[in-house]
Amino acid sequence: MIPSTDGSTVSTGIEQVFREARGPALATLVRIVGDITVAEDALQDAFVVAVERWPRDGIPPNPGGWIVTTARRRAIDRFRRDTRGRELERLAADSEAQDAGDTVVEEEPLVPDDQLRMVFTCCHPSLSIEHRVTLTLRLIGGLSVADIARAFVISESAVAKRLVRAKHKIAAAKIPYRIPSGPEMPDRLPSVLAVIYLIGTVGSEGPDRKELRGEAIHLARSLAGLMPDEPEVSGLLALLLFGESRMEARFDGGEIVTLQYQDRSLWDGALIAEGQAIVRACVLQDRPGPYQLQAAIQAIHSRAATHSRTDWVSILSLYDRLLAMTPTPIVQLNRSVALAEVAGAGDALASLDGLAVDLDSYHLFHAVRGALLTRLGRPEEARTALRRATELAPSDRERRHLVRGIAAVESSDS
Amino acid sequence: MSHYLLSTFSFETEEDQAAPSPEDMQAFMQRVMALEEEMDDAGAFVFGGALHGSDTSTTLRSQSGRIVMTDGPFIEAKEQIAGFYIIEAADLDEALEWATKTVEAIQRPIEVRPFRATGRVQM
Repeated sequence: MIPSTDGSTVSTGIEQVFREARGPALATLVRIVGDITVAEDALQDAFVVAVERWPRDGIPPNPGGWIVTTARRRAIDRFRRDTRGRELERLAADSEAQDAGDTVVEEEPLVPDDQLRMVFTCCHPSLSIEHRVTLTLRLIGGLSVADIARAFVISESAVAKRLVRAKHKIAAAKIPYRIPSGPEMPDRLPSVLAVIYLIGTVGSEGPDRKELRGEAIHLARSLAGLMPDEPEVSGLLALLLFGESRMEARFDGGEIVTLQYQDRSLWDGALIAEGQAIVRACVLQDRPGPYQLQAAIQAIHSRAATHSRTDWVSILSLYDRLLAMTPTPIVQLNRSVALAEVAGAGDALASLDGLAVDLDSYHLFHAVRGALLTRLGRPEEARTALRRATELAPSDRERRHLVRGIAAVESSDS
Repeated sequence: MSHYLLSTFSFETEEDQAAPSPEDMQAFMQRVMALEEEMDDAGAFVFGGALHGSDTSTTLRSQSGRIVMTDGPFIEAKEQIAGFYIIEAADLDEALEWATKTVEAIQRPIEVRPFRATGRVQM
């Protein structure tokens, strides 16, 4: 035990220690008590006990284990008070045999597999993506309802409602608390990676969303640790690290700066080095997937001293492989940007033919078309495309960015 | 174990469509029989069936103490329930596995819904 000499230091310490231990402790508790809501209530009870005891006794050496043991006992107390607790009396009897009195005899071991169980339950494909994201941030990331509401610019009651509905579905439909078997994994892992990627993407929409980006990286990093044989997890981690490495350069006074115009001296070299090391390790594993290929593309960008000295040929060939693996209109759109550098804006524009059916309401489709038309010396059509892009922009920040693009066309036209 | 309802739907317009060819029908029946046998072997099959079209439905409502009958389905929709299985499964993943096999056999969408309670009501 760490002796407490200063009460206030310990109490801020408690909150921090508790927050860090919360996710793994909750994951183990859910397995023990078999219900997320019951486990959360018990965890809250354990927090109250910690606030009372830790300043007096010091922070225990294994806070996670202490929390699980304490919370489990509180859960049993709750079950006892509850009439529906009959079937869990057995659990109570078992634990009574183990624990004598109220002192913590043995700390519950935290099982890493429990964290994976939690990940796959929160990201079950039968849950909507919004519900998956919200559950993941709350139950694994430990973000508060208020944090999540702020990050997604929705009301706290909307977040609370999502959590209630998602947890109800998990309990009512009996979404199992288990790690998918080997043959199931290829179907189940993408659902998890999509959740983490989305958290990172939303986090990249503004410079003030560092917490969300940090959470995405933290989730990817711990998942990569838990699943070392899944290179796609590492690929996702690398992709998020490359994104983070450019955040200082991506916004100038809160305004978006695209890759081409970023001040590359502001890029974070340490994050880039980590991302590149991961990409190299992935290449050696030779089991490519969409996230690894996207990370490899970003690795090439990160290596280029300037935009014009980027190895576009390699980027295009990676996009070709990505397109073969995931033939989506979005990949085709992103590929066209590389194609413009390799084969010219005319070919790139032609490659967008037919995409309007799927992408007509996507602002970046019109933004890319606008940029290509500008390069082809067709300012009239470029303006039309860019105006359409501004109309569709999902945020004021993006709209301002696109409006500046139109202004650039005007000035080059005159 | 839990019970799940696996239901499938047909479009109203489909109900008037020409019957499938005998070969297609036979292949369909074979797939469904194989599926049901598998469900039986696993102890998952509780009940199942295909329904007549919604034009054969009768809907009853209680209105000021009187039962009022109307011809047709409760929900006026293009899609109407066409058939279902009630299965027993350990959890949603197991139910989803049966649902996947059912989609493959009948080549139609399947909705999986857990039962809140089954059997006779008990206090």
